[in-house]
Amino acid sequence: MAVFPSTAAAEAEGRIRRPRTKAGPGGATRGPNSRTQKAAYLFIAPIGLGFLLFYIWPMFQTFGYSFTSFGPFGGNSWIGGDNYARVLQDVTVWRAVGNTLLYGAIGLVTLPLSIAVAALLNRRGLRGVSVYRALYFIPFVTLPVAVGLVWNWLYNGNFGLLNEVLSWFGMSRHYWVSDPSSALWAIGLVSVWQSIGYYLIIFIAGIKGIPQDYYEAAELDGAGPVRRFFTITLPLLSPSIFFAAIICVINSLQMFDLIYVMMAPTNPALGSTQSVVSLFYQWAFQQNNQGAAAALAFVLMLLTASLTYLQFRLQKRWVHYA
Amino acid sequence: MRRRTLLAGALAATPLAAGCSTGGEASGTAEAGGRTTLTYGMWDVAQAPGMQQIIKAFERENPDVSVEIQLTPWNTYWTTLRTSMRGGTAPDVFWMNAVNIQLYAANGVLEPLGEHIERDRTPVGKHPKALVDIYAYDGEQYGLPKDFDTIGLWYNKELFDKAGVKYPDSSWTWDDLRDAARELTNPKARVYGITAEMDRQSKFYPTVFGAGGYVLRDGRSGFADERSIEGLRFWTDLVDRGWSPPQSAMAEVRSRNLYLSEQTAMNYDLSAMASFMYGTPAIKDHGGVTVLPKGRERATVIHGLANVISAKSRKKKAAWKFVDFMARRPAAEIQAKGGVTISSYEDTQDAWLKSMPEFDLRNFIDMLDYAVPYPSSRNTAVWEDLEYLLLGAPFSGKGNIEDAARTLAKQMDRALDEEDK
Repeated sequence: MAVFPSTAAAEAEGRIRRPRTKAGPGGATRGPNSRTQKAAYLFIAPIGLGFLLFYIWPMFQTFGYSFTSFGPFGGNSWIGGDNYARVLQDVTVWRAVGNTLLYGAIGLVTLPLSIAVAALLNRRGLRGVSVYRALYFIPFVTLPVAVGLVWNWLYNGNFGLLNEVLSWFGMSRHYWVSDPSSALWAIGLVSVWQSIGYYLIIFIAGIKGIPQDYYEAAELDGAGPVRRFFTITLPLLSPSIFFAAIICVINSLQMFDLIYVMMAPTNPALGSTQSVVSLFYQWAFQQNNQGAAAALAFVLMLLTASLTYLQFRLQKRWVHYA
Repeated sequence: MRRRTLLAGALAATPLAAGCSTGGEASGTAEAGGRTTLTYGMWDVAQAPGMQQIIKAFERENPDVSVEIQLTPWNTYWTTLRTSMRGGTAPDVFWMNAVNIQLYAANGVLEPLGEHIERDRTPVGKHPKALVDIYAYDGEQYGLPKDFDTIGLWYNKELFDKAGVKYPDSSWTWDDLRDAARELTNPKARVYGITAEMDRQSKFYPTVFGAGGYVLRDGRSGFADERSIEGLRFWTDLVDRGWSPPQSAMAEVRSRNLYLSEQTAMNYDLSAMASFMYGTPAIKDHGGVTVLPKGRERATVIHGLANVISAKSRKKKAAWKFVDFMARRPAAEIQAKGGVTISSYEDTQDAWLKSMPEFDLRNFIDMLDYAVPYPSSRNTAVWEDLEYLLLGAPFSGKGNIEDAARTLAKQMDRALDEEDK
């Protein structure tokens, strides 16, 4: 998510946008003005170069490394497909893939929740919308380390708030993040809570883009708020939902920071919460096995790409472009 | 001189920021007025003032050399170090531990010290042999120890008095400990007899050795050995009987904190934690420490940090002078006064012992006679990860410890085979 925070890039963006907004929506296609085009490329250059240098090039490098045995202090030797063979044979990898898919499934729960909140926030006459929006958005911009630590306190088996509240209803103490049966769900819940704000912004913008006329017409025909939501809002929001679903799945598959923060190395639930990325981290940076880790990263990339492809294939069935 | 004061100021104000500014290029070649400037990599902020004093003493003896501390927080120390070694900006001298020594030595990134030691008659024999041996690889010495840690049995006198149990002493065996744990456990008061935390250095390695087992021998795992399993079962048994909280509870609140908050009567813990315990009023008042109870054999685990020299350093002569200086008595005495760690140099521990008269810290030194070195191989981290991954369930009271130990042995052997490739 962190795009290069270069001031030059931000400046470039601002300067390119200005003439465009003046020219209106058709501005960009109004014939090739080679001078402005050149200038535009010049302005994109800083971020473009950064992207090439820090994202694209390392990707190719990683691909190369995935066929090598990587010395802990540099130097590597070609070993062909051995790393991939190791990845495919290792049970911990399959366990991590399973966990990761489960994180993805839990992550998707965020979407209906955010849509519901977005619809509620879009009701006419609701006061303090911006306050609510900020409240929902704050978890998303809070550092995952802080989020993880605070939630670990809430979940704590000995003095956590969650157990305290549950004890009022007669439930016994539970070690939420240390019990293998609940740890993954506990972490998944935090990530849902954390990302609602982000999708909320997308959906609020999407709902705002739906012409009011539809609603007025539906109201005249006697449609209630629930009916209006399901027959107007939801179908017309589907492009936003599609976009959000893609982002959501990709983000969930990259689950790492919360696991890293919330799970101590001696946590007995470690194995049942480990995601592919946290396994990658362990291999690459703790076990000095960068070659196999690179192969693992490519397996994750294939997984992500195929799920995204699947989503694009399926979108024809449910996404309406009005 | 001015630069050092600046650095000291930076350390006091923002230790992390000082750690970040590795200043590799700048300080790596700096020759301030014909002086050689060494960089010294370490991770512990608490030890920085003591190290500064040692450096001051060293510079007094060697006016042509100055030393700059490079502080990197523990969490990033090893990754930063490896990266900077690749980039050629690694510190000239730096801290090493048992987990990493063989990895570094085997890859040839450390300067062999044997020749230097012989030439300058460095008093290596004044340091515990078990500790010195950790830093030898393939018959060559790569590091000289600076401090050491052993494990002792910490107990809470008040909880012992309440339960009417006699305090532990050097005559105790495992049976005595079990009996006491039973007596001391008081579910109503939420007090446990002991804490069977899944922690290798302070808990299950000492008992594996105490049962006559081993962790690693001739490149093979020892976890399938009957004695080793007995050492592991010592702990899981305490969990099963309810005399210790399960690991699932201690992953969230560590045993050390349970001991400090008086929720456990006994805890195996490091000598390095003494000053930490001392800072807790209740424990200072009625905490105590003694040698580990005897299993089949007497045993504890010894670990300590060592100073090593980077093979890529361009100032090896000065670097050796510094490492040699730190392995001798004056440096050890300065370190001991700091009270943070026990100096490994023989008979320099008095200052440390006297700094906390309420605790009988001599026990930690008495255990040196039978202390077993912390086991490590060339890629220790791999099988150490396996230990926690596989033993977590039995330490939480779920699953059979024997099965887990045998699986661990099998997977650990496979990891050890990988090392030889």
